[in-house]
Amino acid sequence: MKIGAPKEIFEGESRVAITPDSAKALQKLGYDVVIESKAGEAAGFSDAAYKQADVEVVKTAAALFKAADVVAKVRPPSDAEAKRLTKGQTLISFFYPAANEALMELAKSKGANVIAMDMVPRISRAQKMDALSSMANIAGYRAVIEAGNNFGRFFTGQVTAAGKVPPAKVLVVGAGVAGLAAIGTSTSLGAITYAFDVRPEVAEQIESMGAEFVFLEFEDSELPDGAETGGYAPPSSPEFQAKQLEKFREIAPDMDIVITTALIPNRAAPILWTKDMVEMMKPGSVIVDLAAEKGGNCELTKMDERVVTDNGVIIIGYTDFPSRMATQASTLYGNNIRHMMTDLTPEKDGQVVHNMEDDVIRGATVTFEGDITFPPPPPKVAAIAVQKKEKPKELTPEERRAQEMAAFQAQTKQQVTLLAVGGALVLGVGLIAPASFMQHFIVFILSVFIGFQVIWNVAHSLHTPLMAVTNAISSIVILGALIQIGSSSVIITILAALGVFMASINIFGGFLVTRRMLAMFQKS
Amino acid sequence: MDFGFTIAAYAVAGVLFILSLGGLSGQESAKRAVWYGIVGMGIAIVATIAGPGQGLAALSIILIGLGGAVGYQLATKVQMTQMPELVAIMHSLVGLAAVFVGFNAEIELGRVAATMLAADLPFPALEYGQKVPAIVAAEFGTFANLLAKKTAVEVGILRVELVLGVWIGAVTFTGSVVAYGKLAGKVDSAAKKLPGGHMLNIAAAGGSLLLTAMYLGGAGTWTLVILTLLGLFIGYHLIMGIGGADMPVVVSMLNSYSGWAAAAIGFSLGNDLLIVVGALVGSSGAILSYIMCKAMNRSFVSVILGGFGGPAGEQMAVEGEQVAIDADGVATALNEADSVVIIPGYGMAVAQAQQGVAELTRKLRAQGKNVRFAIHPVAGRLPGHMNVLLAEAKVPYDIVLEMDEINDDFPTTDVAIVIGSNDIVNPAAQDDPNSPIAGMPVLECWKAKQVFVSKRGQGTGYSGIENPLFFKDNTRMFYGDAKASIDKLIPMID
Repeated sequence: MKIGAPKEIFEGESRVAITPDSAKALQKLGYDVVIESKAGEAAGFSDAAYKQADVEVVKTAAALFKAADVVAKVRPPSDAEAKRLTKGQTLISFFYPAANEALMELAKSKGANVIAMDMVPRISRAQKMDALSSMANIAGYRAVIEAGNNFGRFFTGQVTAAGKVPPAKVLVVGAGVAGLAAIGTSTSLGAITYAFDVRPEVAEQIESMGAEFVFLEFEDSELPDGAETGGYAPPSSPEFQAKQLEKFREIAPDMDIVITTALIPNRAAPILWTKDMVEMMKPGSVIVDLAAEKGGNCELTKMDERVVTDNGVIIIGYTDFPSRMATQASTLYGNNIRHMMTDLTPEKDGQVVHNMEDDVIRGATVTFEGDITFPPPPPKVAAIAVQKKEKPKELTPEERRAQEMAAFQAQTKQQVTLLAVGGALVLGVGLIAPASFMQHFIVFILSVFIGFQVIWNVAHSLHTPLMAVTNAISSIVILGALIQIGSSSVIITILAALGVFMASINIFGGFLVTRRMLAMFQKS
Repeated sequence: MDFGFTIAAYAVAGVLFILSLGGLSGQESAKRAVWYGIVGMGIAIVATIAGPGQGLAALSIILIGLGGAVGYQLATKVQMTQMPELVAIMHSLVGLAAVFVGFNAEIELGRVAATMLAADLPFPALEYGQKVPAIVAAEFGTFANLLAKKTAVEVGILRVELVLGVWIGAVTFTGSVVAYGKLAGKVDSAAKKLPGGHMLNIAAAGGSLLLTAMYLGGAGTWTLVILTLLGLFIGYHLIMGIGGADMPVVVSMLNSYSGWAAAAIGFSLGNDLLIVVGALVGSSGAILSYIMCKAMNRSFVSVILGGFGGPAGEQMAVEGEQVAIDADGVATALNEADSVVIIPGYGMAVAQAQQGVAELTRKLRAQGKNVRFAIHPVAGRLPGHMNVLLAEAKVPYDIVLEMDEINDDFPTTDVAIVIGSNDIVNPAAQDDPNSPIAGMPVLECWKAKQVFVSKRGQGTGYSGIENPLFFKDNTRMFYGDAKASIDKLIPMID
């Protein structure tokens, strides 16, 4: 079968869905690859580079759509593109099915199978084809770079002969993939970075990237749980939002750069950075709004524009951050597509097997064989999001005492039961066994008891030496052999002599090995 | 010397043995503890040889000397990585010695009975302390004297103990030999059973019970011989049926058995020191086995019965690819990392890579990086195996941490290096309820920012389970022999 990528016709889109490198990988899966002339030019991949990778280059988009059995794109198809789809053809691209119902109807009527890259379920094995994440990663990085481009100061603080430069303070709102990437970039440039997210469980991730978590005092029960919504932050309650804005208002005057990345699936972006906060900021400060496409997290954001407010704050509302790094973005997106194709080609024979039983493929498919298959059923494997940690509840003194009492009682009960049963058993033995046996039996019981008490304290790292020592001393059986060796019976003497010999191997071997081992343990 | 003196010496030896085991609670006190054990053993042997009723003292001393020479050779020549095999094979010696001593007691019993009957004296004695006939007192040893005094009930009990001692000794013997074979790679480590499986074991155990009853009923020495053969078979078959991954438990279990065998022999010989030490060793082995099983989240019974229980349902399929990396890549990551956690496993022992790992650790630490070792309780083939190897390579023991101490630190770790371990870092234990190792505590190394796995090839681990760790996005496979791989890394660290 043939897989092809047309040139993106969306205004300003520089990315391409197949790169020469990913084409090679696709060929290994058994596909012939075809590409529209100049499709990769804006991303830095010339037609010649494709030809070198044995990719067929066709002149027009129409020819490409006719030639390819699988069409890979970046942006959702335009109406004109969608009309070119034919029955049984597969389209892989971003699709945003919830917002593009008419387009979905069109694709359905054409009988094409559409796989929406933005619908890939967020489960761990699908990460390699999670294009939203790979693009968000780029967007997060690029957001910091754009901010730096518009920001008139160093990120890092410096003390120079010509004076002191304070470090830039960066606030990242929303610690999803884009937010975390932004945090990483910003801290590595040397800025003091703060980050906020409504999901308290990501505090750890934020701190691991080197930023400070902006902590919000709030009741645990009212906090949203991101784990329930596939790793995205759910809408939060009005009280929570009020607290959040209050906190932002408090820190707004200090911030030099604010990067907002808060998005809620299938909704307008929440307003988190209000007009009055922008007014509080110093002139020259920069706001980069990664949610601009969905209306923006900042009240003053204008989509696809760079706005300078009256007090000199620059607000960037670009929506094409990944496209601004087209080569890198195309490479990653091309890999996402390639991984998707790997899953669609289980036999590696160049034949698409559209397995609707597969969680990932089912989840991403929006139209299939003339039916609309959106929204998909929930995946069988839950999204891997960090679960909220159960904080140990603070116990009141009474509760703690009650708990201790209960534990003590349980322990007492257990011990008494053990003692009673054990005692009864011993007494039972005592009833039938003669006194001479019982004398030894007492010794035995006490020794077992001592053994149990002593061994629990042995350090884990010393278990091997312990084994060697017990091995050595278990050769105490030599005493039996020694007592018997003097017997007048020859067989007994021979057997006993063998016993003595073997046991003494053990004694010397065991102790020596133990000493060798212990001699090696040393402190640093 | 008087018999009373011997017993006093035994008491001293017993105390020394207890101190010896107790001293193993810390690395420093352990060094002293071994000496307690050695002195205890010395006192016990000297007291026995010098005590009353011991004949052939010279022969005994020669034999001990010979055995000592062999033991010395074994202990000084052995590689630290072969420690598990050595311990296993030495257990078998104790088991066999116990069998011999038990048989001797049986033979002696027969002789005493014959002599007594010939002298027209009742045997067993009608009441305890009956006068020992001169012929027995003169010709036979102390043990026979003791026997001659016993009443019917006492002789019965003695026979029970004797059977126990011989039987457990036999199981220990073949079991240890098989365990040795598996650890040394001389026997295929996979769990194997003869057709009939556990039914054979049950049948053999049933047969043993029956024979015990017959033996106690006075059926004669041949029952004891067959009983021993059955014991030997059970030991062989039981351990053959246990997979290589469970060997740590098996070794400590056999350790326990050898102790119980010694205790049982102690009862039949009426020797308190044997009882004390046997009980100490037995309980120690039992606790170790328990700790091991808990660390693997397995019930003791299921380990003993061998093999993994059948999975409850279909296991999660592992998808994705194992991405390989070369030494350059690993070295770069290590040079950039601030915190590194190394997770050694049996593969490190096999490749003898511990020296290289220690050298790597020294170089990394010299640069001020935080390097630590994470040791899973069942890493290797013997409890504490990894600790011993790392100690041999002079890795300071205060950076060698247990699973519980370090598991929470993985999310803040830059690089985790897995060297030759597999099942103990398998995330399926947590993620996949149908995995055969579901619920087993594992080292959560995949939470580190980057994971490198040093591994020979793409094969599965000892338990034969696919490891999803190798397919994770932050995991890179560093293929090759562990020692060669680490040695390649060392010059690149600067």
